[in-house]
This record gives sequence, C-alpha cells and structure tokens, in this order.
Amino acid sequence: MSTLTTLAADIELAWWQQTTLRSLGVMIAVLIPAGTLVYVFLFKMMSFMQSRLGPMEAGPYGSLQLLAEVGKFIQKEDIIPWRADRKLFAFAPYVVIASVFMIYLVVPFGPDAYFVDFDTGIFWALAVSSVSVLGILIAGWSSANKYSLLGGLRAAGQLIAYELPMVLAVVGVVIQAGTLNMQGIVAAQAEGEIFGFGGIGNPFVLTQGIGFLIFLIAMQAELTQTPFDMPIAESELVSGYMTEYSGLRFLLFFIGEFASAGAFAAVAATLFLGGWAIPGVDLDADWMNVVGPLVLVAKMMLVAFLVFWVRFTYPRFREDQLQQLAWKILIPLSLVNILATMALKVAF
Amino acid sequence: MGKASAPKLPGVVKGLGVTLKTMTRTVFPARGIKTLIPAPSKGAVTVQYPHEKETPPNRSRGVIALKEDNCTVCMLCARSCPDWCIYIEGHKDTAPPRRPGGKPRTVNKLDRFDIDYALCMYCGICVEVCPFDALFWSPEYEYSELRLADLLHDKERLGEWMQAVPDFEPYEAGSEQKPRKVPR
Repeated sequence: MSTLTTLAADIELAWWQQTTLRSLGVMIAVLIPAGTLVYVFLFKMMSFMQSRLGPMEAGPYGSLQLLAEVGKFIQKEDIIPWRADRKLFAFAPYVVIASVFMIYLVVPFGPDAYFVDFDTGIFWALAVSSVSVLGILIAGWSSANKYSLLGGLRAAGQLIAYELPMVLAVVGVVIQAGTLNMQGIVAAQAEGEIFGFGGIGNPFVLTQGIGFLIFLIAMQAELTQTPFDMPIAESELVSGYMTEYSGLRFLLFFIGEFASAGAFAAVAATLFLGGWAIPGVDLDADWMNVVGPLVLVAKMMLVAFLVFWVRFTYPRFREDQLQQLAWKILIPLSLVNILATMALKVAF
Repeated sequence: MGKASAPKLPGVVKGLGVTLKTMTRTVFPARGIKTLIPAPSKGAVTVQYPHEKETPPNRSRGVIALKEDNCTVCMLCARSCPDWCIYIEGHKDTAPPRRPGGKPRTVNKLDRFDIDYALCMYCGICVEVCPFDALFWSPEYEYSELRLADLLHDKERLGEWMQAVPDFEPYEAGSEQKPRKVPR
C-alpha cells in the first residue's frame, strides 16, 4: 500500500488511526457495490426484464429507494422468538456479514490499492467465504423454527456441495498463473500472451473458459441466487433461515447477500477477467490506483449482470437436481479441467 | 432419474434470450432512429398511477352509484346486503296528482341512503336486486379516505358517481334478459 503508507508515514498516523481508516475503506468497498447491485439489478434490471418500471418515486428514477428501505428496516421492531437461543440468534447475521468483509480484504483494486496482500490471497478468499455457512447454520438452528432449521441445513448442504467445484475451478487458474497471490494472478493475466500476441494480455476466461463457467455456476449457488435458492425457497420454507429475522438483523442478512454477490463478482473479475489491470498499461503506474478500481468495478458489474440475469430467468432447482448438478457434473468437469490445465502447463 | 434431471441446453439458452429481449424492448421501445434513446416509461406496461391514470375497462365495477329519483325506499337492497352496509331512511310524502283533478299520490321520499364502503365487499347483490334501477355500477375508483369512518358515503356522494356510469350497452345476441333502463 505504498501510496497510502507513504501518505500515512508523512502524516504519521497512529496504528489505531490507520486501522480505523482501513475499516472505513472496507465498509465503503462493501456497502457501495452492494447498494449499486441492489438498485441496478434487483430493482431496475429485474423490473425491465418483467416489463415493469421498478421504483420510480424516491429520488430520480427511484435511485434513493434503497435509503428509504434501510430507514424502514431500522425502524422495525427487533423480534426474537421466545424459544430462540438469544445470543446465537443475535450473533448469526454478524458472522455472515463478517465473512463478506473478509473476502473484500484480499481483492486488489490497483497496484497499491489493496487492503491486505496475502501470498495466498485466493486461498484466504475461498476459505473465509465458507464462514458464512456457519452464520447461516447458526441462524437456522437458533431460530427454534422448523422452516429455519430446514433452510439452514439445505444451505449448509448446498454451500458445501458447491464449494468444491468452485475451489477446483480456481485451481485451474492458480496452476496457470503459478501463484496464489491475487496481485500475482492479475499480473499473470496482464502480462500474458496469446500465441505470442500480448495486445489484450491473457484474461484467463479465454484459457479457463470451462473454469469460468463452473465458477459462475458455483458462485450462483454459493450466493443462493434463484436457480439455487432452495435454502430460502420463500414459497415452501418462508425464507428459510431468515424466517424469524426482522428489522436490522434481516437488513444485515440482506446486505450480506448482495455484498457477497459483489465480493464474489470481484473475485471472479480478478481471477478470470484480468482484475484491475488494463492490458498494455504499465502495471506500476501510480494513476492506476485511481483507474484500477473503476476498471475492476466495471468488470464486477459485468459478472454481476450475468449472475442476476440468470437469477431472473430460471425457476428453482429441486433439491436432488441441485445436488446432482454439483456432484455428478460440475466436480468431474472441474477435475478434468484441472488435468487438462496441468497437461497444457507442462506441454507449453 | 438422471435423465429427467439433466437440463436441456437449448431451452436454457432460450430462456436467457427471452429475459434479455424483454429488457431491451422495455428500455429501448422506439424503432428506427430513436432506438438508442432509453425510454423505459414508454416501454414498460406500468401505468404511473398518481401521475397518469388508466381508463377502467368496460362495465368495470369500481363503486356503487345511486340514482336517487328511481329509489322507492323499498329496502330490498338493504335487506339483501350480506354484511348490512346499506343504511336507508325515508318518510311518506305526498306528490301532485298525475292527471289534473286526480288524487294526490303518496310516495316514499328518501332521507338517507348511505353505503359503508369499509364494510362493502362489492358483491353487487344490491345492484342485481334493485327492481327500479336505482343502483348502478360506476367505474369511479378514487374514493379512499384517511379515516375508516369517512368511508361511509351518503346519497349525494353516491349520486355524483352516477356521472361516470356508462350508457347501457345492449346485451350480447341470444341473451334473454330484459334491457335495463338507461342510467340517465
């Protein structure tokens, strides 16, 4: 974080001040994409796909609708069921949202614009993303409600099933890039060449197309977006693990859902679409710290568009179809993908 | 089991195409040179209600209107109302004779005709049962109130809604029902 750290060194921020600034940075990086996704895709794109207009009254074209919604949720009564495990019930949404915050930690936005640069960044991202399963299980268990429990268990089963193809799809990228570091993966794509032509770098979506597809499908399932929304199936489970939540805690789950959509989209954009880098531009240029985040957000929106497009198109999978897709199709396919990547990596 | 669960790819792709096409048609409804100007409020089927109004369809049942002159205070409507939301009061009155030299007639004069729209369930039995064609379905729909008690509308208000009642349309061929008297 050289620019920011030199800046920090110049004005000699205390450690707690730096930490506060970084926490604020993560908050902004989590909340703004989440809000944008909700407005652009959930409110507007979904409406247009159904020949509707969506919110139009709050602000120009309903752009302030989200603020109104947040205000509404904050005012609502915070209900905790009588038989619920009070502490766990109150704690669960924070586990879910913390896992999203931790994914954003390792996503690089520019040569020096990142929060933490782990050597094993992608490993961290995949590891902390599965922490949200714990939060969902806690929520389902502590609600003392059979619908919540069923939803929580379905979520656990689904997220574990789709964690595997997702990790295996990423392995292909890691093999090709030769590093687990997110910055390294970005650099490998920006400096890559396709048969000696380096004009557009080598975004891994070209060589890891199958991996990208598997990653997208697994991501859809991890986010419990619609074709895979068995855990929150509102028509049979009345929103699953979220059934008993209201007010601010429900809002936290809601933010968690869309913030993790943004986080996974950012990870996918970094792994497969070249991240913040623009091909042919010096990777260490200082101004890339400003342009880089914009490039990454643009790619993020592209991935999120795919996710939400699929969400608004398909009906829900049955539970057994959902598990079959993961175990019988995606995992074998991703194993074949890894083998092929290995063979080609050795060959070239 | 495996056969049934395998999704067919062409249909899957087609579905994505349908949603995308609907979206582009909604956002870019114009054809020709204006195609690239986004105009979702023209493309969507949504009617932005308080700003623009929709014309109700033919014979729409918005609210029950009263043609006071036809009412004879016979109470049939009040008695047939399933939830007793019609309040009628009247008194006997004399009217001038029909022919010169005749006896003055005795008529029922309507004092009060209220319908409590907080109770009314729009079954339309009162309109059906009225033998003197005093009650009509009116397409008016904007009569919401801030207080529940204000939904008790009196005969003046019910009379205003007669303005919007459309003229009688002949029944379809083959219908044996007798034509209703025109509302006006």
